[in-house]
Amino acid sequence: MSKRFLAAVAGVVLAVGLTGCGGDSSASGGGGSDDGTITMGFAQVGAESGWRTANTKSIQDSAKEAGIELKFSDAQQKQENQIKAIRSYIQQKVDVIAFSPVVETGWDAVLLEAKRANIPVILTDRAVDSEDTSLYKTFLGSDFVEEGKKAGEWLVKESAGKSEVNVVELQGTTGAAPAIDRKEGFAEAIKAAPQIKVVASQTGDFTRSGGKQVMEAFLKSNPKIDVVYAHNDDMGLGAIEAIEAAGKKPGVDIKIITVDAVRDGMQALADGKINFIVECNPLLGPQLMDLAKKVVNGEQVPERVVTEETTFTQEQAKAELPNRKY
Amino acid sequence: MTSTRPLDRFRASGLLWPLVALLVLLAANAVVRPSFLALRIQDGHLYGSLVDILKNGAPTMLIALGMCLVIATRGIDLSVGAVVAISGAVTCSYIAGAGDPTGAGAAFAGMGIALALCAVLGLWNGFLVAVVGIQPIIATLVLMTAGRGIAMLITDGQIITVRNPAYRTVGAGFLLLPVSILIAVAVFALVALVTRRTALGLLIESVGINPEASRLAGLRARTIRWTVYVFAAICAGVAGLMISSNVSAADANNAGLWIEMDAILAVVIGGTSLAGGRYSLTGTMLGALIIQTLTTTVYSMGIAPEITLVFKAVVVIAVCLLQAPKARAVLLRRTRRRHTPPDPDAEAAGRPSTHTPTSAMVEKVAQP
Repeated sequence: MSKRFLAAVAGVVLAVGLTGCGGDSSASGGGGSDDGTITMGFAQVGAESGWRTANTKSIQDSAKEAGIELKFSDAQQKQENQIKAIRSYIQQKVDVIAFSPVVETGWDAVLLEAKRANIPVILTDRAVDSEDTSLYKTFLGSDFVEEGKKAGEWLVKESAGKSEVNVVELQGTTGAAPAIDRKEGFAEAIKAAPQIKVVASQTGDFTRSGGKQVMEAFLKSNPKIDVVYAHNDDMGLGAIEAIEAAGKKPGVDIKIITVDAVRDGMQALADGKINFIVECNPLLGPQLMDLAKKVVNGEQVPERVVTEETTFTQEQAKAELPNRKY
Repeated sequence: MTSTRPLDRFRASGLLWPLVALLVLLAANAVVRPSFLALRIQDGHLYGSLVDILKNGAPTMLIALGMCLVIATRGIDLSVGAVVAISGAVTCSYIAGAGDPTGAGAAFAGMGIALALCAVLGLWNGFLVAVVGIQPIIATLVLMTAGRGIAMLITDGQIITVRNPAYRTVGAGFLLLPVSILIAVAVFALVALVTRRTALGLLIESVGINPEASRLAGLRARTIRWTVYVFAAICAGVAGLMISSNVSAADANNAGLWIEMDAILAVVIGGTSLAGGRYSLTGTMLGALIIQTLTTTVYSMGIAPEITLVFKAVVVIAVCLLQAPKARAVLLRRTRRRHTPPDPDAEAAGRPSTHTPTSAMVEKVAQP
């Protein structure tokens, strides 16, 4: 504890030296391929959820293990910060750039700059929406549409024999690939059961506070809610709080389906407050480092690499929980 | 221009139009969904959309109160969002690391440490502004950027979840009404009492109108400016406790993100000029309520997330236009208006200039 406070105090002291500098502190220093080690510039979305922090840690740890020098930046969920970070990596002449795009569109210009500088780009976790696929070498990540489908298919099976199932949806950050795709996959899967209806859908920005606030409003504006479908665990956890405050039992009165399977979510699943979680594996660091080495050495890599994922019911969560590190 | 009629006095206070905006928003909700105004007792506390607005609006109200005093001294505090994150991070890390993570003792100790640290951060802001003389927008930008990093250091970048009933009370608890709104109203009453029943409010306004003249007139301008930054940071700290306790977790990255903008907007909607001087605490509270009502409206009317921001912007512009006498005159095609000489500072900030007995007195103080 005291170490953290010391760190905080040190941070305040450091801030004196930062007067007037906005955010981007990684503008100086040369990368470079002179000494043979690979330098990777990674522009992370932020740390908006437990999933993301596990993803960050996996990338940092596996870079160290693979002997790759990692330059890391946190965009705090802002596209302009990510573009700034990528530009600074281009200036620093890193060997490879990897990033998880905050939103799907608006990347062509900066990716073209990277291409002209002959720096290969790997997308992780989220895709970009661009017609020119030569702008990046490969896309490593989950299939979000598939995740949405898995969630929808479980609900369809669960709703067999029921006459009416009202679903409210807590979307992720508006415009983000996982939010768009998980919505799409879910909508596609529930077409199989006409009694399932999405009665309200709003963004909770992938955060607990957002999920709680939106769910509070949903509970008041929709008299009959049977199922909550949240695009990540954190929003689902926020929704649980809102449901409890309304005097209902999460997991029983209102069923909850989420995506991600981080530890707090798995705990709630094991406790019976969440009913079903579709896994979205954040530990893609080792795969990313392998791809980076191949790309830098000029080897061919597949255009799309999908991470391995599963789903969890309450029973499976109890068994898996002790092994969850994130 | 001194009027004794209550309605005229009310109109002159600048509270009429924010109040109208708030009532229109609520009425629109009630029309779309009549149950919006419904209240019932659930587990011994009030339950309904209006209660949600109060509960979720409380942090913005508190921060806006602090911001209001800072703006009255012609300053601005951009670091409140970062202070919110730090406050929650410190408390949750302390509670999670305490011997008894569910005990009330851990919760109170954690909150005490967090608020003390927030006061220190406020001292730092005030020091840069009042002593070193850095422009407030730059001085507080330092902590705005660095603060979130400090919060991330404290939490190791993780979302820290705590299960502490005593801590939960601050943001999610109820004493018939949400505890958070009770805290916010108590702070409002205290600030109103201290600044309006003593000369302090007048001194704050005079510092905002002309710091140098106030100093020459014998005011401790530096101390006053310093104090308002400390107060703003403590308000942000308490708001941080509410936000993190509402979900029983500290989220260093998202807690209080962009809340400084909401707070500044609340102050402006409430009729306080960004150029400093005359301020309105009641208006600020109304402004914060309008902002939260807007958010709740979006959720409960089911406005698509893609157009939410545009919707909010349209409402905010409408409220600001309603408040500007010029825009009102154009809109209502009214020409029968008494001309008041424009105040260049207020004009620059795009705000109407309103002269009341109070500000006239302040100007006397300010020009010895």
